[in-house]
Amino acid sequence: MRTDKLVPALAAVAALALPFATRASEGGASLPHAGNDIRDRASLQRGARNFMNYCSGCHSAQFVRYNRMAADLGITDAELAANLMFTTERSSQTINSALNAEDGRKWFGNAPPDLSLIARSRGTDYLYAFLKSFYADPSRPTGVDNTVLPGTAMPHVLADLQGVQTAVYVTHAAGEGAAAPPEIEKLALATPGTLSADDYDAFVRDTVNFLEYIGEPVQVKRRDLGVWVMLFLLVFTGFAYLLKREYFRDVH
Amino acid sequence: MGNESYGTTASGGLWGWINARFPLDKMLKQHVTEYYAPKNINTWYLFGSLSLVVLAMQLVTGIYLTMSYKPAAAEAFASVEYIMRDVEWGWLIRYLHSTGASAFFIVVYLHMFRGLLYGSYRAPRELIWIFGMLIYLALMAEGFFGYLLPWGNMSYWGAQVIVSLFGTIPVIGDALSEWIKGDYFISDITLNRFFALHVVAIPLIMVFLVVAHILALHEVGSGNPDGTEIKKHKDANGIPLDGMKFHPYCTVEDILALAVFLLVFCGVVFFAPALGGLFLEPPNFEIANPMQTPPHIAPVWYYTPFYAMLRAVPSFFGTQVWGVLVMFGAILILFFLPWLDRSPVKSIRYKGWIAKLALALFAVSFVVLAYCGMKPPSGIFPLLARIFTTVYFAFFLLMPWWSRMGSFKPVPDRVGRNAH
Repeated sequence: MRTDKLVPALAAVAALALPFATRASEGGASLPHAGNDIRDRASLQRGARNFMNYCSGCHSAQFVRYNRMAADLGITDAELAANLMFTTERSSQTINSALNAEDGRKWFGNAPPDLSLIARSRGTDYLYAFLKSFYADPSRPTGVDNTVLPGTAMPHVLADLQGVQTAVYVTHAAGEGAAAPPEIEKLALATPGTLSADDYDAFVRDTVNFLEYIGEPVQVKRRDLGVWVMLFLLVFTGFAYLLKREYFRDVH
Repeated sequence: MGNESYGTTASGGLWGWINARFPLDKMLKQHVTEYYAPKNINTWYLFGSLSLVVLAMQLVTGIYLTMSYKPAAAEAFASVEYIMRDVEWGWLIRYLHSTGASAFFIVVYLHMFRGLLYGSYRAPRELIWIFGMLIYLALMAEGFFGYLLPWGNMSYWGAQVIVSLFGTIPVIGDALSEWIKGDYFISDITLNRFFALHVVAIPLIMVFLVVAHILALHEVGSGNPDGTEIKKHKDANGIPLDGMKFHPYCTVEDILALAVFLLVFCGVVFFAPALGGLFLEPPNFEIANPMQTPPHIAPVWYYTPFYAMLRAVPSFFGTQVWGVLVMFGAILILFFLPWLDRSPVKSIRYKGWIAKLALALFAVSFVVLAYCGMKPPSGIFPLLARIFTTVYFAFFLLMPWWSRMGSFKPVPDRVGRNAH
């Protein structure tokens, strides 16, 4: 291999490897995989139901339009109006919450964030883990804390479904690490909720799936279109190559 | 006297009429159909035309984005989401533009590296290199101003960090950074002026510089991987014997390059527009919040080599300005490359192991610095950044000596399509 190929090849290998190395090392805290499927329409519809009933009371999705969402998810106008629109009569509106930001700040200390882009800023694995990681902590104003976001202002609005979890702390041998702050080993279900553990996971997964959808409503269409774009470009590249080869027969 | 001498429709048609008034035919011949490029140019010579394509794409998508974007702190973030959700094909235009920014730097970095490999900056092409460096500077400014416009939290804090660099300059620093921001902090006023600079001032400068870059190139002629001058050997008609017409030969080659480029580019646009947080960073999907810094502030990948150098330099005499000087120095030193290189040959093909090792070290240091600049300054990274900042500068500052050392192979007089 000539040097003018070897030198850049080395740098290119390093450059290509770096983003993956960076991502791998930043995976850090091993969050469970959300495992949601953005193409599963039934799951997205259930997620929309969950979001409207449990989230939208406090959280807005100010960039999400009802009618666009209904069209994308295969929800009819009648179903939309009857089951999913609580704060407006007009399906051309975006999803606003009944709670205004000022009251949110007053009652929770933080205005509940808009959730339009939460899946893009935090990632689906994070959201999945967050919604599963509330545990009873009487010292908190809401009575709960969260291992994924310690000190969260959010109450456990899904406690009826999940039940109440309590923290199981790491037990140290006598004397060892006694001064260290208590470290949570795992969360255990103390009081069961109306859903089994598996059903609750599925409930959260559907909700996260919906959050991923509203983060970028066009994403499925984007990928589907991308396949055709790539096929076209492959054919185009083939012809471009043949054209170039034909012309360069003259060049010696 | 009638119009005969000015090319009436009777004598030359519309073509003749125009050419009697504007040098269209002459320019086409000079720059396209009768411009001769060396026959032996290789893949490395395709990134110039790709840069031009990306520039055109950024201009066109940028124009469409400005039709729906609102350059105001209260509206900017929402207007970008409006483009992503409500504007017909807005998502595609926005992703083409955001991916185009990174693609621009990729093709420009490869184009510049070609210059290093084959000594493209050597006499008589010093001015081409200088114009190119000015384009690169303008591109960095363009990227910086543009990055604030989505008004995400990383936009905000990235701008805050970069503008504060100017604040480290003794005496005038604070006043200078206020002057840049137009306010005491990054505000609506800053956003509005960055918008003006991003969509009008810098693109104008860039287009002007690109024209100068190409005019200078076509004046002296293209270099090639052997570092020879094809103009030395001409036939009876003054046509270089080792040249091929830009059109159709280079153009069909450029079309193939464009096709391959688009395969990769559209792969990103349609399947991974955020590229795992590298092209679109997760904190930038949260609106700018002056009260809350992102967990880790890092510039976009294309600035990170220089950001790593900035952080690699400790403060002396109670000021951080040294890091800023090193960072800007790392860019400025590139301007002097044509005069630092004293090698008797241009191309790496005819240089000895010293030059090859030096270039390899330089390439590795650039990549490692880019990596360090993305990571928090802890663990091994500050040390790596210091070592490779030194390597980076040593490459240039010692070049007048190492470039003359060792043995060199004889450069062929003539080149063919497949000389080797």
